Amino acid sequence: MMGIETEYGISVPGLPNMNPMASSSQIVNAYARQAAQGARARAHWDYDLESPLRDARGFDMSRADADPSQLTDEDTGMANVILTNGARLYVDHAHPEYSSPEVTNPRDAVLWDRAGVVIMARAMELAAAVPQAEPIVLYKNNTDNKGASYGCHENYLMQRATPFADIVRHLTPFFITRQVFTGAGRLGVGQDGRRSAYQISQRADFFEVEVGLETTLKRPIINTRDEPHADPERFRRLHVIVGDANLSDTATYLKMGTTAIVLSMVEAGFLRGRDWSASRSVAEMHAVSHDTTLSHRIALADGRSLTAVQVQQEILDAARDFCGRDGASALDPQTEHVLDEWQRVLDGLASDPATLSRELDWLAKLALMEGYMRRDALPWDAPRLQLIDLQYSDVRPQRGLAARLEDRGLLTRMFTDDEVAAAVLSPPEDTRAYFRGECMRRYPESVAAASWDSLVFDVPGYESLLRVPTLEPTRGTRAHVGALLDSSPDVATLIQRLGADAPR
Amino acid sequence: MTVSSVESAPTELDADVDSILDEIDSVLEENAEDFVKSFVQKGGQ
Repeated sequence: MMGIETEYGISVPGLPNMNPMASSSQIVNAYARQAAQGARARAHWDYDLESPLRDARGFDMSRADADPSQLTDEDTGMANVILTNGARLYVDHAHPEYSSPEVTNPRDAVLWDRAGVVIMARAMELAAAVPQAEPIVLYKNNTDNKGASYGCHENYLMQRATPFADIVRHLTPFFITRQVFTGAGRLGVGQDGRRSAYQISQRADFFEVEVGLETTLKRPIINTRDEPHADPERFRRLHVIVGDANLSDTATYLKMGTTAIVLSMVEAGFLRGRDWSASRSVAEMHAVSHDTTLSHRIALADGRSLTAVQVQQEILDAARDFCGRDGASALDPQTEHVLDEWQRVLDGLASDPATLSRELDWLAKLALMEGYMRRDALPWDAPRLQLIDLQYSDVRPQRGLAARLEDRGLLTRMFTDDEVAAAVLSPPEDTRAYFRGECMRRYPESVAAASWDSLVFDVPGYESLLRVPTLEPTRGTRAHVGALLDSSPDVATLIQRLGADAPR
Repeated sequence: MTVSSVESAPTELDADVDSILDEIDSVLEENAEDFVKSFVQKGGQ
């Protein structure tokens, strides 16, 4: 179970002093108005953290604390909506953020992440159509090159029983080396980009400590935030903040797929006795990102010195052993594919990285910059190269350079426009996001609020709102509730069929 | 991966990239220096 949350860069060209909160709200509200399609009111985020115990079915209704009238004012609070694809679109830290619905596999993670880009591009258009609105532009990147950074976070559901020390020990070296394929590329070194040199990662320079709870300052390689949005006795949510916002499907796919496999190894205790820890993880993370020749050797605590690609190869070899071990369940085709792609990309990086310029963001962007340098004899500090770095991540299909490369077949895509358009509207079918998204689509007027682990309904005939917890992420799938939803033309029927003796 | 290596040995991939530069010229924002300068963000997570 996984998901990706992305804070988008936001700007009103020519107006650097605009209020980013206000602009971000305009973006979210513009999309929310369209998505609500005339519904009486749109659902609010349910911040109530009190979750009643669930029953065996995963559903147990209770009275919500609020009166329906308290939740119908669409202007209260910061813009924050739930979409029919199960995602959350809201304003966070002065950026519009798209949090994808929960998915079960890396391929779906790519698809619903791409849906987020389409949603942001559409939101830009809708916001611009408001009379007197200044045009807002959104970027799927992680820094302004002037000292500010904003995140693209991955979330993975893990077994609570896994010792956190194991997570730190094994994930830290994995994270500081996976940049070689997850990096989105950045022109500028240092948090404020003071040195005009190209580096692999957008985010690397913003990490200052190894482990910690912070996400906005003194950022840690391993983040200890732990709100599982699920049964906390059984699960933890690993909140990964080191990643770049990727435009490349291959990069997102490998980022999610390889990380999930490494987590499986950690959960199974398979890596006990192995240790790729660096002596100085933060400094090595920066050094790996700064070395586009991929020849930097990381000083490991065990005395060896390996390149990032070599560390990745050793972890991949362990993953092959893990997936092929005696007693392992038959490998699903997608895990097999992730392992093969992981190997193919590491081979390319080891032999001739330029051969991957159609697949990895940092190499695609670098090839573009080198093309300009060759044609126009530009130096690394040329403003036009800095513009290419920025505009690579412009979410508009006609202006974004990654999108232009894709259009020409110079950046590989995993999905058609039609597939992405479907994911803009529809949720994944194999997680609780299905129940959330379908309720938003089928009963938009009756969903008063929602969150990752609950839906709050305003049901005719009930004085109070009714909260339906969705604490179990693997329930609420199409297989689980599809027939129930299909046989419930209205929300009152749904509530009856959920079978609860809800208080009236 | 250095600039000099690219200059000395253009590859097929370089030709692909070169072919798109004209198109990209037409979509790049005007006045690169001012545009990049005015892209100022508040920090996030």
